Amino acid sequence: MTRSQSATLFAFALLAPALIYIAAIVAYPLADTFHLSFTDAALKKAVNWVGFANYQKMFRGNFAEVIVRTFVWTFFSVSFKMVIGTCAAVLLNASVPGKTLFRVLTLPPWIVPMAIGIFMWGWMYNGQFGMISGVLQNIGILDRPLPWLAFGGTAFWATIITDVWIGVPMVTIYMLAAIQSIPRDLYEAAWTDGAGRFYRFRRITLPMIRPSMVTMSMLSLIATFNSFDIIWILTQGGPNGATTTMIIDTYKVAIGSYKYGEGAARAVMICIFLSVFCFFYFKVINRFSRGETR
Amino acid sequence: MSERPMIDRYTWYETLGVYLGLLVFLSFVLAPFVEGFLVSLKPLEHLFSSPYRFWPEDGSFDAYFTMWEHVPLLGRYIVNSLFISTVITIVVVIIVVPAAYAFARFEFRGSGPLLGMFLAVNMFSGAVLLIPLYRLMRTLGLLNTYFAMIVPGVAFLIPTGIWLLRTYMLRIPRELEEAAWADGAGRLYTLRRVVLPIALPGIVVVAIATFIGAYAQQFIFALTFNSKSEYMPLAVGLFSFFGKERVVWNELMAASFAGILPVMIVFVFLQRYLVAGITAGAVKQ
Repeated sequence: MTRSQSATLFAFALLAPALIYIAAIVAYPLADTFHLSFTDAALKKAVNWVGFANYQKMFRGNFAEVIVRTFVWTFFSVSFKMVIGTCAAVLLNASVPGKTLFRVLTLPPWIVPMAIGIFMWGWMYNGQFGMISGVLQNIGILDRPLPWLAFGGTAFWATIITDVWIGVPMVTIYMLAAIQSIPRDLYEAAWTDGAGRFYRFRRITLPMIRPSMVTMSMLSLIATFNSFDIIWILTQGGPNGATTTMIIDTYKVAIGSYKYGEGAARAVMICIFLSVFCFFYFKVINRFSRGETR
Repeated sequence: MSERPMIDRYTWYETLGVYLGLLVFLSFVLAPFVEGFLVSLKPLEHLFSSPYRFWPEDGSFDAYFTMWEHVPLLGRYIVNSLFISTVITIVVVIIVVPAAYAFARFEFRGSGPLLGMFLAVNMFSGAVLLIPLYRLMRTLGLLNTYFAMIVPGVAFLIPTGIWLLRTYMLRIPRELEEAAWADGAGRLYTLRRVVLPIALPGIVVVAIATFIGAYAQQFIFALTFNSKSEYMPLAVGLFSFFGKERVVWNELMAASFAGILPVMIVFVFLQRYLVAGITAGAVKQ
């Protein structure tokens, strides 16, 4: 055995626990999802092969509507997170007194148990007694209580806002790190040439953080597409399906109605979309890393 | 630095703009906590009264005492949450340390795609794999045990752990290991006696990040794979405050703050390392 062979063997020995674990708890269930999606698996014991019946049934229902809703929901949530997070990162980068404290204060939504943050929002959205409806009434914007989660239109945006709230700390800290990794001499050179603060931002900061923005958007897209806890705790996909995204739909069919086969078909659709996102993600990453070496 | 360089000086309206912007942003971030805390101080009958009043007029910490009687298992839920997160963290660290070392130091065929595969795990949330995981847990007889929440929880925290620690290990100079090898030390001995001590700060960051992640994200598996109250983590146990007729909001919020406390303590003491470690792993690829 050569030295490099023994090194490879050692590397795989080190990797073995992780590989075996992921194979058992992620890869095998993933394969099983594909398999189940072609069966009529349910609570009963017998499982029959049904071909594409689950998929046909799914698309005969309101599934197309669910897909569109999921994309709209995800699009707005990711956009808000990116815009708010990047703006906040720029502000947090300014060297003003107290910046360290402000940076720490950004993080709590990300640190605390998600369910707890969501409960707090659930109360704030309460129409009769919650803060948002209450304050808006006190300052005269609303003339009567508005229960945000009781109507489809408002519930849709309410769940997005809570999702933004939970996701924005990560985006902010990541973008802040990206801004701080820009070499300082660039700014100093521009400053010496008399470039103003806004000009420096537009011509140095923005182009330099673009790769990080793309990366973060993609990561955020994947996480947001998978968002379950927020919608489930706030609305359970209601009212009247107005916040039923693909994940919620899958959960309701599979776990709520015990239709494992039909639920698996929905999960497969989610996997397909996620794979497409990932494909584009790696394409974009490759383009940027090639751009760096050129 | 005693004096601020010229380039970092702001005019008064720039400073004002920065502070105003941060005020708006931090209000959004912190409003739920402020409101939640005030709710925990208000008596229930005041909570359910119009018009809305922001400030609690006869606020008290009563809810923080009555909640333990109203939901006797509350303490158990918090302990469960801590227990589940601790076990997840230990298992993740044990699995991640050798894997990250393999990715950081050995250039074997297929190491790139393999790392990509691990990261792809992050793509699939637990919700997508819920049905087969449920069947798997049932087959293994793990439903309604702590393991039903620990076993899948570990899987989804491994990839980020590998990524963070690999980045950290890449920055450790190789010379020490090479010196150990030259002295005839075995690979495993080198890993244990040379690499691990140097990588300890990175391992600590991974452990904190994992613990916080495990503590924050225990909902869907607990909701689906466990129905026994005595094993419930706080995220699911809090539903005990949802009564048939009304939600006991002040106690729910008080219990939430009790549940936030442990992770806040961890965070306040260690946030410096956590933020530095995570952003280093994120940006320098």
